[in-house]
Amino acid sequence: MEVLSKVHYHNLVKWAQDKPDVLVLSADLSGSTEIDLFRDTYPERFLSMGIAEQNMLSFAGGLAREGYCPMVHTFAVFIYRRAYDQIAVSVAYPHLPVKMFGFLPGIMTPGGATHQAIEDISIMRSLPNMTVLECGDATEVESVLDVVYKVPGPVYVRMLRGEIPRLFDSFEPMTLGKVRTLSQGDDLVVLSSGICTEEAMRALRVLRKQGLAVKHIHVSTLKPFDHPEIIESIAQARWGVISMENHSIIGGLGTIVAEQMAGAGLGKKLVRIGIKDTFLHGASRKYLAREYGIDALALIEEIENLVGERFGLGEADLDQIHITPVHSSAKVEAL
Amino acid sequence: MTSRQRDEWVSQVYQAAGGIRRRVLEHTILNNGGYLSQACSAAEIIATLYLKAMNIGPAAAEPVPPLFSGVPGPGNPDYASGAGYNGPQGPEWDRLVLSPSQYALVLYAALVELGRMAPEGLAQFNRDGSTVEMIGAEHSPGMELMTGSLGQGISQAAGLAMARKRHGDQGRVFVFMSDGEFQSGQVWEAIQAMAFYQLDNTIIYVDVNGQQCDGVVSQVMNIEPLDKRLKAFGARVIRIDGHDVKALARPASLKPDGRPLVVLADTDPCRGMELLAARRPKLHYTRFEREAEREAFRSLLDSL
Repeated sequence: MEVLSKVHYHNLVKWAQDKPDVLVLSADLSGSTEIDLFRDTYPERFLSMGIAEQNMLSFAGGLAREGYCPMVHTFAVFIYRRAYDQIAVSVAYPHLPVKMFGFLPGIMTPGGATHQAIEDISIMRSLPNMTVLECGDATEVESVLDVVYKVPGPVYVRMLRGEIPRLFDSFEPMTLGKVRTLSQGDDLVVLSSGICTEEAMRALRVLRKQGLAVKHIHVSTLKPFDHPEIIESIAQARWGVISMENHSIIGGLGTIVAEQMAGAGLGKKLVRIGIKDTFLHGASRKYLAREYGIDALALIEEIENLVGERFGLGEADLDQIHITPVHSSAKVEAL
Repeated sequence: MTSRQRDEWVSQVYQAAGGIRRRVLEHTILNNGGYLSQACSAAEIIATLYLKAMNIGPAAAEPVPPLFSGVPGPGNPDYASGAGYNGPQGPEWDRLVLSPSQYALVLYAALVELGRMAPEGLAQFNRDGSTVEMIGAEHSPGMELMTGSLGQGISQAAGLAMARKRHGDQGRVFVFMSDGEFQSGQVWEAIQAMAFYQLDNTIIYVDVNGQQCDGVVSQVMNIEPLDKRLKAFGARVIRIDGHDVKALARPASLKPDGRPLVVLADTDPCRGMELLAARRPKLHYTRFEREAEREAFRSLLDSL
């Protein structure tokens, strides 16, 4: 599998070249959010706002009112936790095109509970006028810019950085409101988002060899969530559906699917894999994924529970996943 | 031009300020409740902004405000702000951001007094389905931003000001603020950023009336010395008597010098209505407890 380094770092500069209305706002994390090349290339379009997120979000609202497309970059937690009222009042209510790029979703940082965004989708999707997206690979990190730019209102993006695998063909960009069907089958449906899609792909590759027919769907548009094909697939699935996300099981993909199923009157079993209503702590991605049960093995285990069969699979049976080492030249600090 | 002609605007502004107080008092008696002390403290500031300090054109909105037609969003492309009451928008025109939208009643009274809104508009205050909301929203007359959550007006105004600078607009951004807002961290973040980016196309008028919801500002959470604090943050600060209209108008004609300009207008929340002083220290909202009190204010209204 192809692994790319610093995708956003290079892509943003290329993409924004012919878009003078695009301004990039930073809250003292320019290197860590891969906007330092943008800063050095277009200094006049780069606004350093300091560690002052509340002002940054309201300020961005003011810029957007005057025709600019402000792209706010910082760690996800610092957007929705530190400046929620500002997002609601200065950005979301007036339906302004402020684009928020939240880095280090969920377990993607050893920075501990203060740095780990575990309930951002839950919070941001309950804001009226907000569009919520999550990137799952390099192709989506490259193409999400076109998606957010076309949405006339505010957008919150769960963004990836550092070394990122390319799971999806670069000629199949992220499209607003469109899911990716990665495998077909009517034994059960697996819905995954973000980095969990790669984990799910690892698990399902080996389960397929066990004769299990799984419909695997990758979701990048979390709001608006208008995917009738998902409901149809779940209706046809023999065992039910499993959602898998790098986020709390409250308010994210699992909750969204539950709402959709209830609305459609679907009486199927739903298993939500995610962070089980707990804070995390500072540790590596691999450790946290195992510890909190959001890796490929966790999916295999839940599938075993669902179908009532043990496959006797372990880590050794799975393809290796590429994870950026904690100390890597693809990031400016170990965070 | 004779000195008498030169100063004609001064008496106009005082007259308008008196009219603002009278209209807010009338409204407060009629509805047995209103933001009366805010009218007393801010009447000269608001009147000076509209009649002298700001470069604005005649109202470009329906004299009687339209009814509420939904919040902004993809399903409501025709949503309009209340900025038209402050004149047309364009590169040459100044803009006004009312940061504490608890002052909306004072603003509406000013719009009526200055012929920018019909008196029927003020009668719609806080009525169901009206845009003339109690805590002014973006669609309320004279408003163009959401500011009811205190401290956010200045940051949004700073964003507008930076955008206007980048566009090369001559028009400035005026912000009306209350002193209590300076207890909020976001305001200092905004001042810091405005100084850093040299947003000298902004002029912030602060109604330093020493009052907030819980009572006296210095007893709720001290903000003084506000002038020194602001200067230390890089602002250009002028502290004046907020009831002296010449002093209020002067800063608006200063040559910009790279710093955001803050006009600290020291005011009296009972100005023009000494009766209010009996209610100290709770002046944030006026509701008459006894009929005798209401009568006393009714007599005051008749005398104005």
